Amino acid sequence: MDFHLDEDQIAVAEAVAGVCAKFPGRYWQELEETGAYPEEFVRTLTDLGWLSILIPEEYGGGGRGITEAAIVLEEIHRSGANANACHAQMYTMGTVLRHGSREQKDRYLPEIAAGRLRLQAFGITEPDAGIDTTRIQTRAERDGDRYIINGQKTFISRIEYSDLMLLLARTTPLGEGAPPAEGLSVFLVDLRDAGDAVQFSRIPVMFNHHTYQVFINDLEVPVENRVGEEGRGLRYIIDGWNAERILIASEAIGDGRFFTEKAASYATSRVVFGKPIASNQGVQFPIAEAYAAVQAAGLMRFKAATLFDSGAPCGAESNMAKLLASKASWQAANAALTAFGGNGFAREFDVERKFRETKLLEIAPVSNNLVLSYVGQRVLGMPKSY
Amino acid sequence: MRFMNVVVCVKQIPDPAAPARLDPSTWTLEREGKLILDESDSYGVEMGLQLADQAGGGEVTLVSMAPRNETSGLRTALAMGAARAILVSDPVLGGSDALGTAKVLAAAIRRAEPDLVVAATESTDGYTGTLPVQLAELLGFPSVTFVKKVTVGDGKVHVERQTEAGFDEVETPLPAVITVTAGVVEPRYPSFKGIMAAKGKPVDQLTVADLGLPEGSVGAAGARQEVVSVEPAESRKAGEIIVDEGDAHTRIVAYLEQLKVI
Repeated sequence: MDFHLDEDQIAVAEAVAGVCAKFPGRYWQELEETGAYPEEFVRTLTDLGWLSILIPEEYGGGGRGITEAAIVLEEIHRSGANANACHAQMYTMGTVLRHGSREQKDRYLPEIAAGRLRLQAFGITEPDAGIDTTRIQTRAERDGDRYIINGQKTFISRIEYSDLMLLLARTTPLGEGAPPAEGLSVFLVDLRDAGDAVQFSRIPVMFNHHTYQVFINDLEVPVENRVGEEGRGLRYIIDGWNAERILIASEAIGDGRFFTEKAASYATSRVVFGKPIASNQGVQFPIAEAYAAVQAAGLMRFKAATLFDSGAPCGAESNMAKLLASKASWQAANAALTAFGGNGFAREFDVERKFRETKLLEIAPVSNNLVLSYVGQRVLGMPKSY
Repeated sequence: MRFMNVVVCVKQIPDPAAPARLDPSTWTLEREGKLILDESDSYGVEMGLQLADQAGGGEVTLVSMAPRNETSGLRTALAMGAARAILVSDPVLGGSDALGTAKVLAAAIRRAEPDLVVAATESTDGYTGTLPVQLAELLGFPSVTFVKKVTVGDGKVHVERQTEAGFDEVETPLPAVITVTAGVVEPRYPSFKGIMAAKGKPVDQLTVADLGLPEGSVGAAGARQEVVSVEPAESRKAGEIIVDEGDAHTRIVAYLEQLKVI
C-alpha cells in the first residue's frame, strides 16, 4: 500500500496550481457579475494539455489515467476556481474512445486533444425523466442512411460552448418489445451543422454555471455518427459513470481543501476579544473535523481511481467517493462560512461563491440518495429502496 | 540566422512562501528542503526561449549551482522548453559568495559555448545583484544590465535598457551577458507534455573538480566576503490614519510634500 503521489503526479498538481494562480477570486467574481463563460481560463487549460490528459497519446492526448485527471480537477477546485465550465471536455470523449468506431476516433479525438473541437455537452436528462434514464422520450427514427431526431432535453450543460454533443435518444420506443434498458442509442451530434434543428435557452441557476434547456426538431444525424450499436446506448453511458464520479469527487475534495485552508488561515489571523478566533474550540474543531472528512474522502477517491486505472471493478468505491467527498466539501463549506462570519457573505472572500458552487456536488451528476441506494442494494445486498 | 545557443543562469531557491532560516553559525540561508526555480529567473528562461525561437533555430541551456544535486527548479525550466541543463553541485561550494559562484558558473557556461548569456538582475534569496557582471568579466563578454527588450541579429544584440528616466538603446557584439528585469515577458506555464518531456532532457551534473577549478578558489574557502552579523529587520510601524473632517486632502498633500513625493 502506497499513499504517496509519484513524481509525475506531484508535478501535475504543482503545475495546475501554478496556472490557476493566474485566475484569482477576482476573475471568478467578475464573471459572475456578467454571467460570462470563463473563456480565457478554459483556453489556457486547453492549450497546456490539461483537458486532454485522458486521451491516449496516439490521438495526441496526455495518455494518463483517471488518477492524474482527478489531481488536475482537485487542484483547480482547491485554488478557488471551478472546473464546471470545462471538466466534461476531459471525459465525455470516453464514450467515443471506448465504443466509437475507428473512423470516429480518428476523426474526432485528435481534434478534441488539440483543443480545436469541444466535446463537452452530453444530452441525457429530460424534463420528464431525471435519473430514471430509461424513461427518456427523445426519439431517433432511422430514415435510410440517417436518423431524424426529435425531443427535448434539460440541464444540458455547456451546449453553447461545445462544438459536439453526445445525445441519448430512443431508437425503439418504450413498451415496443425491448426491455426498458435496451432501445436507447448514442449519437455524436455536430452542433456546428445543426442549424435551427437544435435550439437552447439558458437556465439561470444559483451560481455562474452554463446549463440549458434544449429543443430538438427534425435533427438529421448521419448513421455514421451513431456511437456503437443501435439500442445499446444506455450501457455505453453507464460505462462512463464511474469515471465521472471519481472526477466529481475530486472537485469536491478540492473545494473541501479550499474551504478548510482558507478557514484555518482566516480564523488564525482574525482577532476578536484579544485573541485569534481559531483559539476557540467552537471555531477550530468544526474546521478540523471537516478537514479530516475531506482527507478520508480523498483516500476513498484515490482507491477508486487506482482500481479504475487498473481495470478492476470500482462501482462501489466510485460511488462512495462521490458520496463522502460531496458531504465533506459541504461540511467544510459550512465550517468556513461560520468561521468567516459576516465576511463569509462578502463576495470578495469567495467563500459564499464556493459555498453555492459546492452544494451542487451533492446533487449532480447523481443525487447522493441514489448513491446510498446503490451501496445499500448493490454492495450490501439489501432490497431495492426506490 | 545560424543556430543560436542561449545560456540562461537559473537559481534554485527555498520556496519564498515558506519561512526562511539563517544558519546561526555561518549566517547563510538554510537550503535543506526542496528548492524551486527562482521566479525572477523564469523571465530569463522565457526570454531565452523566445530568442531561440526568433532565431529560427536554437536552444536554451540552463546553468545552475545548487546543493545536493537539486534539480526540481531545473525541471520546471526544462518543462517550459529549455533543451538541457548543466548543474554544478559540490559540498565544497557551501558558503560561496557571489564572486565564487560567478567563477563556478563561468566555468560551466564556457562548456556550453553560448552566443548569449541571460541572467536575472538579482536573485530572490540573495539580492546581491552583482553576479551577472562578475560573470561577464570572467567570461570576457560585454554585459548589458536591466534589459527590457532584446533583439538579436548580424552577430549583435540590440537591447532597450531600463533607466530611471526611460530607456537607453544599446548594441553590443555577441557573445554577451544580459540581465533581464522581472515582468518584461510573460513566462509560459509548463504544459503537461512539457513536464513529461522534461524528464528525458539531459542534466549534466558536475563537481568543482570536473570544472578544473583549483580547490580553495571557490566555496567558503575562496570566499572574500564574510557575513559578520545579521539583525532582524525593524518591524513596520503602524501607518497614520487620517480621518476626513473636511481637511483630509490638504493633510495628505502636506504629508506627500514632506516626503518630497510631490
